[in-house]
Amino acid sequence: MARLIAGMGTSHVPGVGAAMDNGKTDEDYWVPLFKGFEPLRAWHRENVPDVNIVVFNDHATSMALNHYSTFMLGVGDQFQPADEGWGPRKVPVVEGHPELAWHLVESLILDEFDMAVTADFDVDHGLTVPLSIAYDQPLAWPTKIIPLCVNVIQYPQPTPLRCYKLGQSIRRAIDSFDQDITVGIWGTGGLSHQLGGERAGVVNAEFDKKFLDNLVDDPLANTRLSHTDFIREAGAEGIEMIMWNVMRGAMNEKVNEVYRFYHIPVSATAYGAIILENE
Amino acid sequence: MSEGTTPAKPKGPNVEGSRDYDDIPGTYVFDSRRYRSGYHLNMFCMSLNRAECRDEFARDEAAYLNKFSMTEEQRQAVLDRDYIKLLQLGANVYYTFKIVSHDRQPPQVMYGKMSSPQMSFEEFQEMMIAGGRPIDGNRSIKESDNG
Repeated sequence: MARLIAGMGTSHVPGVGAAMDNGKTDEDYWVPLFKGFEPLRAWHRENVPDVNIVVFNDHATSMALNHYSTFMLGVGDQFQPADEGWGPRKVPVVEGHPELAWHLVESLILDEFDMAVTADFDVDHGLTVPLSIAYDQPLAWPTKIIPLCVNVIQYPQPTPLRCYKLGQSIRRAIDSFDQDITVGIWGTGGLSHQLGGERAGVVNAEFDKKFLDNLVDDPLANTRLSHTDFIREAGAEGIEMIMWNVMRGAMNEKVNEVYRFYHIPVSATAYGAIILENE
Repeated sequence: MSEGTTPAKPKGPNVEGSRDYDDIPGTYVFDSRRYRSGYHLNMFCMSLNRAECRDEFARDEAAYLNKFSMTEEQRQAVLDRDYIKLLQLGANVYYTFKIVSHDRQPPQVMYGKMSSPQMSFEEFQEMMIAGGRPIDGNRSIKESDNG
């Protein structure tokens, strides 16, 4: 049977990918961030699952106002790095895992999570930057990837509680998959940040710390926040943090915090990462 | 924050009505009101994902903008790179990101121009390095001075 080995949360700031792609990681601005990645990458080198389910959002890249989905699973064999306006990132192609992806589709829909499905979806920095953070710059990514795309741009986003429950349903699907493989799940985005408006640049370290503490010990507390709580306290784009609830919902009730890293600033954001293992 | 309570329920069927986040200062939540006013503006921005569209826009910005059903005010705000005006006219920041990328500028240029008061790239960068714009004073228009 498939086995969930760990969960990770990480921001997916495009500037991190650009710094790596353009060889700027030894600049003073970037050094503290990449130093913080070292223990995270060391953990990933020792804990490579067969498949990672990556919960992320598209940023007006492959989905737009003309059609978007609240939750969408990628069932394709491959996903190409997208052109987001400055040419595609020169990172490896993302290899899918159609067998587990289709098992997720069937299991989730029969469990009343009505997923949208795509086989043809170019993936933007929301997915490729977390891969770069975890795995640096390999010639090929060391795991298969199942993209799980969440609408966090168009209001109303799914509720924080719905995201958590989706994670619980994903866990039931993993546990019932009949191949003997290991699986990881990543929640990406956040932490507090606002990119648009006169309030651009707002961050809230106190809110972020509470969110991370709750993520470990009291995850239901993070499901009781409203959309407006996130927007007001963590910035309009801080609402991406709801995607971490999907990851947490898939984990055991009790988890061990393996690593945590928090750094301000990365571009206009508060960067956060956490690795959780089931207790 | 309403931690420990049930999430706020949507306000009901009147989608044009006021929302409980409308008092958050300097914040443009991308809801149905902005979706509808900014649809064609955002679809123009989205088109810049394609290299051939970027080339066409670069050759003659005004002519390219005329291909989209945008208002004159929206077109002018694009030509002026007036980012805060673009948000006010229905753009979403992930879409205006395509314009600043097209201009080969770092996003902090756009964030600084949207800020109130406006900031240069360096000033915005310094604010972030110093810990970012403080949340205190910026939660509600009742207390706001944008930091």
